[in-house]
Amino acid sequence: MLNTEIKITADVAAQHGLSPEEFARIRQILGRDPNLTELGIFSVMWSEHCSYKSSKIHLRRLPTHGPHVLQGPGENAGVVDIGDGLAAVFKIESHNHPSFVEPFQGAATGVGGILRDIFTMGARPIAVLDSLRFGPLQPTSPTERSPEELARNRRILDGVVSGIAFYGNCFGVPTVGGEVQFEPCYSSNPLVNVLALGIARHEKLFFARARGTGNPVIYVGAKTGRDGIHGASLLASAEFSEESQAKRPNVQVGDPFLEKLLLEACLEAMRTGAIVAIQDMGAAGLTCSTCEMASRGGTGIEIELARVPQREAGMTPYEIMLSESQERMLLVAEAGREQQVLDIFAKWGLDAVVIGRVTDDGLLRVLDRGRVVAEVPAKALAEQCPVYDRPRQPPPPRTGESLFAFSADANAEPARWTEQFRRLLAEPAVASKRWIFEQYDYMVRTNTLVGPGAGDAAVVRVKGTPRALALATDGNGRWCWLDPFVGAQHAVAEAARNVACTGARPIAATNCLNFGNPEKPEIMWQFARAVDGIAVACEALGVPITGGNVSFYNETLGRPIYPTPILGVLGLLDNAAHALQSGFRQAGDAILLLDGGSQPAPQSVSAETLRREFSSSLYAKTLAGVVAGTPPPADLEAEKRLIALLVALAREELLHSAHDLSDGGLAVAVAESCFAGEPPLGAEIQLPGPHSLPLEFALFNERGARAVVSCAEPALARVFALARQYQVTAHELGRTGGATFRVQRNGTTVVEAPVESLREVWATALECALRSR
Amino acid sequence: MKFGVVVFPGSNCDHDAYHAIGEVLGQPVTWLWHASEDLQGVDAVILPGGFSYGDYLRTGAIARFSPVMRAVERFARAGGLVLGICNGFQILLEAGLLPGAMLRNAGLRFVCRPVYLRVETTNTPFTLAAHPGQVLRVPIAHSEGNYYCDAETLRRLEREDRIVFRYATADGRVTPEANPNGSLANIAGICSEGRNVLGMMPHPERAVEPALGSSDGLVVLRSMVAALARAGAA
Amino acid sequence: MKAHIWVTLKPTVLDPQGQTIQHALVSLGYNNVRDVRQGKFFVLELNGTSREEAQKQIERIARDVLANPVLEEFRYEILE
Repeated sequence: MLNTEIKITADVAAQHGLSPEEFARIRQILGRDPNLTELGIFSVMWSEHCSYKSSKIHLRRLPTHGPHVLQGPGENAGVVDIGDGLAAVFKIESHNHPSFVEPFQGAATGVGGILRDIFTMGARPIAVLDSLRFGPLQPTSPTERSPEELARNRRILDGVVSGIAFYGNCFGVPTVGGEVQFEPCYSSNPLVNVLALGIARHEKLFFARARGTGNPVIYVGAKTGRDGIHGASLLASAEFSEESQAKRPNVQVGDPFLEKLLLEACLEAMRTGAIVAIQDMGAAGLTCSTCEMASRGGTGIEIELARVPQREAGMTPYEIMLSESQERMLLVAEAGREQQVLDIFAKWGLDAVVIGRVTDDGLLRVLDRGRVVAEVPAKALAEQCPVYDRPRQPPPPRTGESLFAFSADANAEPARWTEQFRRLLAEPAVASKRWIFEQYDYMVRTNTLVGPGAGDAAVVRVKGTPRALALATDGNGRWCWLDPFVGAQHAVAEAARNVACTGARPIAATNCLNFGNPEKPEIMWQFARAVDGIAVACEALGVPITGGNVSFYNETLGRPIYPTPILGVLGLLDNAAHALQSGFRQAGDAILLLDGGSQPAPQSVSAETLRREFSSSLYAKTLAGVVAGTPPPADLEAEKRLIALLVALAREELLHSAHDLSDGGLAVAVAESCFAGEPPLGAEIQLPGPHSLPLEFALFNERGARAVVSCAEPALARVFALARQYQVTAHELGRTGGATFRVQRNGTTVVEAPVESLREVWATALECALRSR
Repeated sequence: MKFGVVVFPGSNCDHDAYHAIGEVLGQPVTWLWHASEDLQGVDAVILPGGFSYGDYLRTGAIARFSPVMRAVERFARAGGLVLGICNGFQILLEAGLLPGAMLRNAGLRFVCRPVYLRVETTNTPFTLAAHPGQVLRVPIAHSEGNYYCDAETLRRLEREDRIVFRYATADGRVTPEANPNGSLANIAGICSEGRNVLGMMPHPERAVEPALGSSDGLVVLRSMVAALARAGAA
Repeated sequence: MKAHIWVTLKPTVLDPQGQTIQHALVSLGYNNVRDVRQGKFFVLELNGTSREEAQKQIERIARDVLANPVLEEFRYEILE
């Protein structure tokens, strides 16, 4: 057990992850040596996870204001106005490290944490999306993987999916979307990013600002145990090593049933008007919630640990303050009305105890049976952590990498191209994710208009209004590794494009920035470049960042993950009935390619540039094992035009489907629209020119600002007219219908197969990959 | 006529049932709190889906001891209409108001998807507005919906025409492939001897508006309204 | 040879299920139930191995397969 009387030295501080300079700063703030409890409190609050000390100076470059934004970064979640006096509250957060240590509980508590962030703001959660990254499931992806690695990757995926399902399903929030990607760099460091969305009336929003000297501080929810001491904060603030196994006992266990009771009880208590402020106890638990609420409110908080409900005997003040036990809340009530609040929690069978009060001295004061065991200025903890401008250095240029080689005279071999296409459809990144999303209750609350697999973004209606909200997450780590500035722009653009494909107007964004060790100059350079990319793209597309989180130290044994910024974009549909799905709806419809691009037409680009671009594609990775070159150029003006057009087309109800082009390019996009039809439909299309381009490029290139749409014949003229008006090129590709999927180029068939045989490959590939031994 | 939706700790489809009855059907509806034995004079009780008591111990095993269930039991024995959906069905089984038990899904995983149900009997207050053999598209969302009972009970259910819904194909064939969870004889819903208690795993309250992908679930709720009207509930 | 294996959550790990059952028991009037911890029980039947070998094997099975060492611990007994 930890002894609070030991002498605190720079060495002890170093064991807590504090640098000599940080330790000196603490002594200066206190005017004395901290005791062990105080050191523990500083170490979690000044950890990378809680303080953002390496990222802060860069995050300032992100646009955070816009016409819809009611609350930007800095609160439990971002808030935007969606009309009718309603607000959407949303945020994305990572739970990467805990999900590697214990996939099921790590992912489950990740869901639990973000849901609390939403309902502490007074909003009832109505949707969850998950952005997941795992190591490969298949033996050559793109290079040889060991059977042990593959088995572990499957186990991690299974655990994470089960954990998300366990928590979300029981809590009663629909898991409506997200995405999954597979790359070798995530084998020892999977990413679990969870986005939650809630709805509240403007005047019913709650903030985590402790106000009113003498107001009682109330502890609600699960008892405090020794769970996860230094869990989130330390796990997320240092690289993984083999010793991480030793950190395992820190993993917290989630209780979605208790959290569901907390939700109902908190919303009911908030309605009484007796609640002043509320914050969940997530990372760094009681420490973080007390000092942040006091700091934001410009007040102090005093608590008595003897009153904190405890699950285990003999816990020290250090342990109680640092525990990360789940499903706990801290709230400030109006003095004199505490009984009313306690009664509501009792009704829901929850422990609620007054453990302290708001003070006017700006201090976080912790008592243990009347004795002061810690006394620290709350602002110093929450806001005065040193901020670092860490050294940045671009990585050495990747010289001598082998680029993708286009096949010569490819047109003559339809059988071969069909087979290559089939292999691409079987790649887990492209294949149907039904095996995953059917484990999630994606319909509870009966708002899901476009669910997983049905559209480019999830669409949930807002009951009591004609409106609906669309949400999509995106982020291509491979591209960000090749060029973080361009890759990050694509992450924003694709999420916004996905939202627009459902007919919704993108209005705001949230981001989760997953990177390696920020103390390495190359990682810090990636981070800064990615932030710049996000900033320009969010600015151009009018989607300010309202919150999110940064996850550093995603490394195992010194090997970092690809820089992986995940963007969540929220869109607003004024008329829920206009929501569009991605599947072709009826035979005989026209299929069009909408291309917002103003970039130089491919034929004017050098062969070398085309090769470089195509070397970054999923096709090059999957079929040739090539990960090289540069991502396609990001053309934000083109994206903007396409988004505006898609919204206009949906508003006039001209389209039957819309689906953006991403992994696998045009061929995959058209096939996915065929498969998503109910029942699946065939299609026959002609590739647009110029026909001088390499065939692989024409079929599978992944340039942005493009979408495949379908419409009835009579709507065509108006679609073309609107496309012209929005300066987007509309190519008529062909017609839906029949039982065949056929792609022709210049009159010659290049891909041809019964659509059902292709759908079968696509529909079963993920499950096959997971079941193979 | 008035509907009551029971709220157990952990119920999470209570709002959906309330919305379907109150907003979509426009019928009076009220909440019934698990800790109270007062059914507030309702004419029909809905035990909604969710995870009452977290599904800990066994699904429905703790909820059946709630005070409200004592009242529901009396109400059911007196002929009152009780509809248990998903977790509500599991609670009815644990409470002994319907025979049998639930096992974990044959696939051992939670399954959320639209399925097709064939109406096996219209001789219940929950299906009188349907026609025999009608196929409904209604979603399921559960991990323990694999209905089980002994051979004698199954024979009795069949003999007494108490199997109300079976999982079927879109064209109404009852096949092993159409069975999403391994339920005995593709059973998706059964009623009590008195025909006034129905338990079903699929969620009719999730299929009440075309925007949600189907409004086939309305037939169950409309049948209840018609049955109550016929019985003279004001 | 027959073996019984019990797998339970480590004493320091939160047991939401046990806790909920405890609350329910108290509300049913069993006021003296202070704590409930739940777990899994396995019965294994093994083909003719020696007791020592069986013991080693069972420990391995329990540690590597039946229990999640992150959260759970196990005990076992071997019956003739």
